[in-house]
Amino acid sequence: MKETGKASTEQKTTTINFGPQHPAAHGVLRLILEMDGEVINKADPHIGLLHRGTEKLIEHKTYMQAIPYFDRLDYVSPMCQEHSFALAVEQLLKCEVPKRAQYIRVLFSELTRILNHTMNIGTQAVDLGATTPLLWLFEEREKIMEFYERVSGSRMHANYFRPGGVAADLPEGLLEDIEVFNNQFLKQLADVETLLNNNRVWKQRLVGIGVVSQKQAMDWGFSGPMLRGSGIEWDLRKSNPYEVYDEMEFDVPVGKGGDCYDRYLVRIEEMYQSVRIIDQCIKKMPKGDVKSLDMKISPPKRSDMKDSMEALIHHFKLYTEGYDVPVGETYGVVEAPKGEFGVYLYADGTNKPYRCRIKAPGFAHLQGLDFMTRGHLMADVVSVISSLDIVFGEIDR
Amino acid sequence: MEFSHIIDEFAKDNDLNIIPISINGFIAYKVASDSLLSILKFAKENTELRFTILTDLFAADFPARQHRFEVVYSLLSLKLNKRLLFKIESGEEHQIPSVTSLYSAACWYEREAFDMFGISFDGCPDMRRILTDYGFIGHPLRKDFPVTGHLQVKYDEKLEKVIYEPVLLEQEFRNFDFASPWQGPGGYKLPGDEKAE
Repeated sequence: MKETGKASTEQKTTTINFGPQHPAAHGVLRLILEMDGEVINKADPHIGLLHRGTEKLIEHKTYMQAIPYFDRLDYVSPMCQEHSFALAVEQLLKCEVPKRAQYIRVLFSELTRILNHTMNIGTQAVDLGATTPLLWLFEEREKIMEFYERVSGSRMHANYFRPGGVAADLPEGLLEDIEVFNNQFLKQLADVETLLNNNRVWKQRLVGIGVVSQKQAMDWGFSGPMLRGSGIEWDLRKSNPYEVYDEMEFDVPVGKGGDCYDRYLVRIEEMYQSVRIIDQCIKKMPKGDVKSLDMKISPPKRSDMKDSMEALIHHFKLYTEGYDVPVGETYGVVEAPKGEFGVYLYADGTNKPYRCRIKAPGFAHLQGLDFMTRGHLMADVVSVISSLDIVFGEIDR
Repeated sequence: MEFSHIIDEFAKDNDLNIIPISINGFIAYKVASDSLLSILKFAKENTELRFTILTDLFAADFPARQHRFEVVYSLLSLKLNKRLLFKIESGEEHQIPSVTSLYSAACWYEREAFDMFGISFDGCPDMRRILTDYGFIGHPLRKDFPVTGHLQVKYDEKLEKVIYEPVLLEQEFRNFDFASPWQGPGGYKLPGDEKAE
């Protein structure tokens, strides 16, 4: 701690270093807080401690090798990010995705949304002094990660959504199990709500804290629950439906006041809506292929490789050289749990992206931390950080 | 309803130097850097357009071009439910006007473009590096920056502190060239294929 300013009668500001090892910093956030007593004058986030140069690395990888990097961006909602990259590549390849693959993608996007929001609300509760919601919600999270594992072989870094479809079909019995999960999750979520919604401490810490007006939300480039919490009804799943979202019935919750409490409520309601979408996906799930039939894009079945020379060659070529993507630029975007996650891709006709720009929602949100915490107390910084729903994998990239 | 005619008319009335370009499903323009602020201000404040959100601002490096960098501004209008892209070109020695006065969100994006490419923005209130390490030298996303970097970090037992040293590669960085006649989607032609047609 360092004191600046001259005589004791003059206004003194104190500079405090918060993080990067603080548990409430949600990762490796280093925050330089300029404080007047206990009131924040300025918050200057120092980011980049988890910078791994993802954009640079992707320039040196084939399109198929690039997908696992997306799992490692926002590691709390991996599949949604693969999704935006897959969409971008598909737009350039102009390839069709089979209906079943689209349903599977929507199904897992929504499971991912629950995965993300349970993490966010659970850790927010811990930050603000309640342990039980975390334990209850993490139990649910673990179940979803089991679904991840059953479908992709990995609990978190799934590498499941591929350009042209998904990596593999759903294993037998998975849909039934997801349905069972879906039904009991409603009760679990309602239980968490009884703990938090009208909780006195919870409300004291969240209501009226970190207020974002509609104008500010747009000016600072917010998206997702941060935008909807301020009362702007904007959801890419509704406004630009990708995959089969236009066949789904769901509502977009919006907040009124734009404070931390509203954003919490928006996230809770989004989980209920996700449950609705998952339910419809299970009911409507069509039969058929799960990846594009273009053998120059999607790898052949293992069984075909046993007796087809052509399939064997395709497999070898796809996994060594990969496929060439025609020259062009495009922007693939999805409504990730944290907001608008996009990939701007420059393809130069070779098997590697020329440049892959990753637009992460958390980057814009964290920038807003400064104006959101001004005039608040030190303890409120923790409320605001947790309601931003930041994950450093995607901010630092 | 297309909105591009509104922008075209505005540019014509004010003698702005903008050229429409085609990008997969988006309305996009190449803009001269002196016209940037006025066209962005118009797109933001015009009541029919209302491009009030700057979703992204980023750069790309094309070393072979006369002006090697390209900076892209991606705008979103909630009213029209449309996206709009502006591109400007910039050389290493050029300065680009900062758009922080119009969109507060631009500050960190401009810092990132400065950090990654070394593009400087005139009028940006905060031109520090943002993602790289304290004291980092170079601009990593430039095409001439090696993917392995220049420095590596380790904990030195003797000195009992973290030290930086030149990067040591156990094995040379290998970048395989896969160029072959196998072209993937869209088919491929081998010599003699024309005889079959």
